[in-house]
Amino acid sequence: MTAAENTVRPSLLQNKAVRTMLRYTGMIIFALLLFGLILLLSGQDPIQSYKDIFTATFGSAYGFSEVIVAMIPMLITALAVALPSRVGLINVGGEGQLYIGAAFATWAALTFKDLPSWGLIPLMVLLAMIGGALWAFIPGYLKAIGLVNETITSLLLNSVAPKIVGFLIFGYWHSALDTVKTPNFVDAARLPAFFGTRIHLGLIFGLVLLAAFWAVMKYTRWGLEMRSIGGNAQAALRNGLPVKKYLVIVMCIGGAIAGLAGMVQVSGFYGVLLLNFSLSLGFMGFLICWLAGGEPLGILLMSFVVSVIFTGGNLLQLTRGIPFATINVLLAIALFVVLAQPTFSLTREKSK
Amino acid sequence: MTLLAILGVLSSAIFSGTSLLYATLGEIVDERAGIVNLGLEGVLLVGASTGFAVTSVTGNPYLGVLIAVLAGGLMNLILAYLVVTRKANQLASGLTLMFLGIGLSALIGKGFTGTRITGLPRFLLPGLSELPKVYTSLFKFDFLIFLVIPMAILIWWVLFRTRWGLSLRAVGENADTAYASGRNPFLIRYQALFIGGLLAGLGAAHLSIAFTMNWGEYMTGGRGFIAIALVIFSKWHPIRAIVGALLFSGAVAFQLLLQAAGVQISPFLLDMIPYIVTLIVLLIWGGTRRQSAPASLGRVYQGTE
Repeated sequence: MTAAENTVRPSLLQNKAVRTMLRYTGMIIFALLLFGLILLLSGQDPIQSYKDIFTATFGSAYGFSEVIVAMIPMLITALAVALPSRVGLINVGGEGQLYIGAAFATWAALTFKDLPSWGLIPLMVLLAMIGGALWAFIPGYLKAIGLVNETITSLLLNSVAPKIVGFLIFGYWHSALDTVKTPNFVDAARLPAFFGTRIHLGLIFGLVLLAAFWAVMKYTRWGLEMRSIGGNAQAALRNGLPVKKYLVIVMCIGGAIAGLAGMVQVSGFYGVLLLNFSLSLGFMGFLICWLAGGEPLGILLMSFVVSVIFTGGNLLQLTRGIPFATINVLLAIALFVVLAQPTFSLTREKSK
Repeated sequence: MTLLAILGVLSSAIFSGTSLLYATLGEIVDERAGIVNLGLEGVLLVGASTGFAVTSVTGNPYLGVLIAVLAGGLMNLILAYLVVTRKANQLASGLTLMFLGIGLSALIGKGFTGTRITGLPRFLLPGLSELPKVYTSLFKFDFLIFLVIPMAILIWWVLFRTRWGLSLRAVGENADTAYASGRNPFLIRYQALFIGGLLAGLGAAHLSIAFTMNWGEYMTGGRGFIAIALVIFSKWHPIRAIVGALLFSGAVAFQLLLQAAGVQISPFLLDMIPYIVTLIVLLIWGGTRRQSAPASLGRVYQGTE
């Protein structure tokens, strides 16, 4: 944003950022109208429903804090997609990486119960990132040696990971009372929460990662090299860049970030490892990254918007008796409207 | 273990595999035209919920099947508009379609959770009427099961033995070349997605109207993604898809048999089998057989300005 402040702009409307904002606002209003129509058709009062969504999210400090809580994992999983996209890799495997990361972190939480918090939390973070990276290594490596497309393998692995978690919970980790979840984590294994709300340290993780992503892409040699690989891998290879190495390492870092999202969810949000706890967070991150065009600021904004929709949808279920899943329709319509923009593209696809 | 138990397991494997094969065939048609439909899960959910709702309201399961099939086709047309006309990214559009399907089906099925319906009528396999009644009840199948293998053969015939199938595959391989040889890639992709959606709708109808005969939110439980895996496993070929569906049904049956035999093995591990096998098969083929995937799968066709 500093660059925009330094240069003189002829008019506000010609500012690219302002125009983008206006376009997004228009699209969001269109999506709201369409979803309102669907609500109307299903016998609900759309205006009242929107009022409910608004008061549930912006109407109180607690509601707003819940939006932030929902935003934390989405922000991180979106970053797990954004980084690999810079070298032209499509990481749809966030869902699986998240589960494996959560499983690794849970193992530490259940095994080293006596460690103090300052020892246990970093250990869990480290293990979660290793777990996610390992899960991403498989598609990354297979892609780098030219064997199988990373999209296909990631999708297959997405389906395997929750079953591994299920196997671990069901077979070894479940609590005495309940076979679908582990015992509650000890306090030392929980990320600290702030301000008496459920906002936890994961938010800081997410924001630091976001800033690091921005800085690396903008100011380091790695960022430049990654962009050139994403732009034209052949040319990058001819210029002597270790393309294969980059593909594998960047995919693994993406996986590590997604694994961290899993750790943040089990340690910060749930405090326990649940069967199928993710609820498509990995896929959601993928979509948020697309909506944001892979840009750091856009990711922050879009994960916030999606969280508002979801937190509001939670309340609609309670007060209006609308199934929670219905809120997916609003989300999908909003996404469709954005995707249908002809200029919209994440990696500026080129025909190779 | 008795013969009866084994036959019972086989029978339930056939029921659970049928919807999967229809969905896989639909995805094969989509992908042969160059479109990856990651929203298959959502398409199945909308088909299953509308089909169930219509059957429940009208009491006519055949009408339910018809509506489910149309719903599947319409869902895929949404995707077609996005990825063909608006040239949007296929993966993101597909995932969005999945979220739309999850939401819409929850809304449609809201009033029908826990409702019972009379499902599709079942007929006995010909030539088995001599068997004792305990056995015959296991071999009563609805018409969608009888139709599924002929349908796979029909799709094979259409794709590989008709002019339209050739055009469709040509568009999937290279849309520019197909255009240069006088075909309309936009139109063909629309047609392919619509037909793929109809097939997915058939699978969805079988799932909710013939197999489970009830509706629950997210009842497909990942079937869409299994079907997408099976497409790869079957190398985009309708006949091999039968083998893929058999493999999956076999894994389900094997799992049930083990449980019946009292073998202690986690169902979660057995659930992984289809995915792991697909992954291994992919690796064994390696680079050499990759041409079996449509060459321009996932690419946006820009058209000529």
